[in-house]
Amino acid sequence: MTCKMKMDVEGETATIRLAGELDGRSAPQLNDLVTQAVGRQVDKLVLLLDELTYMSSAGVRCLLFAHQKLPRGSEITLVGTTPEVAETIRLTGFDRSIVMQ
Amino acid sequence: MTILEPIDAYPTQRISGFPVRAGRSLPFGATVVPGGVNFSVYSNHATAVTLVLYREGEPEPMAELPFPESFRVGSVHAMTVFGLDVEGLEYGYRVDGPNLPWEGHRFDPSVVLSDPYARMLTGHGPYRNRSRVALDDFDWEDDRPPRLAHEDLVIYELHVRGFTRHPSSGVAAPGTYAGLVEKIPYLKELGVNCVELMPVFEFDETDNVFTGVNYWGYSPIGFFAPKASYAATGRSHMQVDEFKHLVKEMHRAGIEVLLDVVFNHTAEGDERGPTISFKGLDNATYYMLTPEGYYYNFSGTGNTLNCNHPVVRGFVLDCLRYWAAECHVDGFRFDLAAVLGRGPGGELLHNPPLLESLAYDPVLRDRKLIAEAWDAAGLYQVGSFPHYSRWSEWNGRYRDTVRRFVKGDLGVTGELATRMVGSPDMYSRRGTAATVNFVTSHDGFTLRDLVSYDHKHNEANGEGNRDGDDGNHSWNCGAEGDTDDPAVLATRARQQRNALLLLLASRGVPMLLAGDELGRTQRGNNNAYCHDNPLTWLDWGLLEENADLFRFTRRAVAFRRAHPVLRGGSPASVHWHGVRAWQPDWSAHSRVLAAMFDGGGGDCVYVAANAHWEPHALELPEAPRGQRWHLFADTGAAPPVDAFEPGEEPPLANQAQLVAGPRSVVILVTR
Repeated sequence: MTCKMKMDVEGETATIRLAGELDGRSAPQLNDLVTQAVGRQVDKLVLLLDELTYMSSAGVRCLLFAHQKLPRGSEITLVGTTPEVAETIRLTGFDRSIVMQ
Repeated sequence: MTILEPIDAYPTQRISGFPVRAGRSLPFGATVVPGGVNFSVYSNHATAVTLVLYREGEPEPMAELPFPESFRVGSVHAMTVFGLDVEGLEYGYRVDGPNLPWEGHRFDPSVVLSDPYARMLTGHGPYRNRSRVALDDFDWEDDRPPRLAHEDLVIYELHVRGFTRHPSSGVAAPGTYAGLVEKIPYLKELGVNCVELMPVFEFDETDNVFTGVNYWGYSPIGFFAPKASYAATGRSHMQVDEFKHLVKEMHRAGIEVLLDVVFNHTAEGDERGPTISFKGLDNATYYMLTPEGYYYNFSGTGNTLNCNHPVVRGFVLDCLRYWAAECHVDGFRFDLAAVLGRGPGGELLHNPPLLESLAYDPVLRDRKLIAEAWDAAGLYQVGSFPHYSRWSEWNGRYRDTVRRFVKGDLGVTGELATRMVGSPDMYSRRGTAATVNFVTSHDGFTLRDLVSYDHKHNEANGEGNRDGDDGNHSWNCGAEGDTDDPAVLATRARQQRNALLLLLASRGVPMLLAGDELGRTQRGNNNAYCHDNPLTWLDWGLLEENADLFRFTRRAVAFRRAHPVLRGGSPASVHWHGVRAWQPDWSAHSRVLAAMFDGGGGDCVYVAANAHWEPHALELPEAPRGQRWHLFADTGAAPPVDAFEPGEEPPLANQAQLVAGPRSVVILVTR
């Protein structure tokens, strides 16, 4: 199972739609997109996760990567997080400066 | 700037279909390296070692990779395997060698062994002991250890699961590290500034021949691996993150985290026990063996780790450095630490290399080291533990003296005085940080049971009530166990407060047992290691039921925090009194003791303890520096005036005399 990713940048907001499984194999791909977004001076990152079936520990670490790459005070929003993934993110403290919807 | 790929990040050959190259000998364990994972394992007597790889949860291995002879350096076998998906990977080692028990060797290549350096174990199900690779990046932000002075600690000993497992805890993930995070506000309110977690290393909770339950966890399997079943996120293999998050949040609240660690034995038992890790890796190195190859049993559990062997010593050091440096843990309490001073044949060493190494270790320099200074073979080193001016001790003598005094035993008043000022008979050169004072701990009665039972009631443990200590120095106050006799209940309430007040007004580091501030009971069981049920779980309903006791304890902790004179100073800054001021009664029939802690700096506290069943009028010394006596606590008074908020203590009407009621402790302070 692979992970499909597509990024749109509008103004200062980057939106990345993910489908499939975000794990150790696909995480570097997401980190690359985040790096590209940072290069385009965004200060908002929105991850659309409703088509994501699985997010591994390595996937969760992408959030930390994004948090550290984006300028201070940037907002990271997760849309469509499943309750289990939201819970995992919260209980392990990876939810710093992340809004889950 | 482009970072050059390291030139050795490529495979040189294939083994069992996997691209590999000779690995790096150090560090031991499984380490993520560019493009792969480096596996390194020690065995001095093995003739062949095989790395066994599994896909997560699969019964059969996906591959077995024998280490070529050229991948061995000395007794270390190391191999880098490329292209592994570490998140879906479980691994272990198959080790061949002589099976000659009389020579100490018990190699068994039919068993896949757990990596003693594994950062995670699967932790549940039929493959619970398989090793896993952990991702170690974590957002520590600006985490700083509180670095509290040792003598300023108030330690709170708790069981991670038992603390929030009860439905009444109201946390989102009961019985977990995350559940404990939710209770940090409670700990802050109580005022403790240090938690001591009962074992969190991976252990087998079914390891018990009598009941099939091992709840306490003094039976380690994975020394580098936080217990997965204590993590709400254990199923997604994020227990390391959840544990680190707990430490980070504790630090944010100004609370230090100590781990109760077990290096005296392992879960492998004796020759009848299972082969899980060390036994199959290098039995003769890791365990203390008799000349005939049997296991020495100084731990009472079947085997004894050969912890002063240089390699095993290295293992213990690596382990503690990992918890301190990578997990930001603030210190350790060593279970049955007297074992750590024994040599390979069990002999007592004069200068035990392990204890010395830990005392002088650069990484552990600022970490607390606390010894349970005895073992199961009768070695009792309280006051004589090899301390290198670094080690503190669980003061078992403090526990017994306070218990005996409070229940009214004769002939202990003089010793109580010594214990209250930091046991200078044992620790005069080392200051009050050397003694950890306690009246109760996980091992024995809870405080409420100590005043409710004359005898232990351990029938449910399945050992015919033969297990557990018989020397409890407990008194039931007139009825064994449950009662509705108001006089008995009143005495018990007072006795619990007496013990708490003496503990929190003694020099040395006080340790409270979690739940004692709420009147937690184990129904007279003083060895509840095998119960994972409401008997051992903290019932948070007690917070409402025993709000008075909680408030009293909270105020006593706050009072200690407000008065440095109770936490340190020379024994000469304590002045003794009795029924007459300046005239302590050290005779064998005395049950009254009064201490005035006065370092001359404006901080002055007077503690009167009357263990007699009659009231006694005590002549008060004049309050120094023209100040007046105010009443902080009187266990003979009815709540809520059994203790006051620090700073709100009312002045005593009679400055010359104090009546200490039957079996009560009174504390005054000058203002």
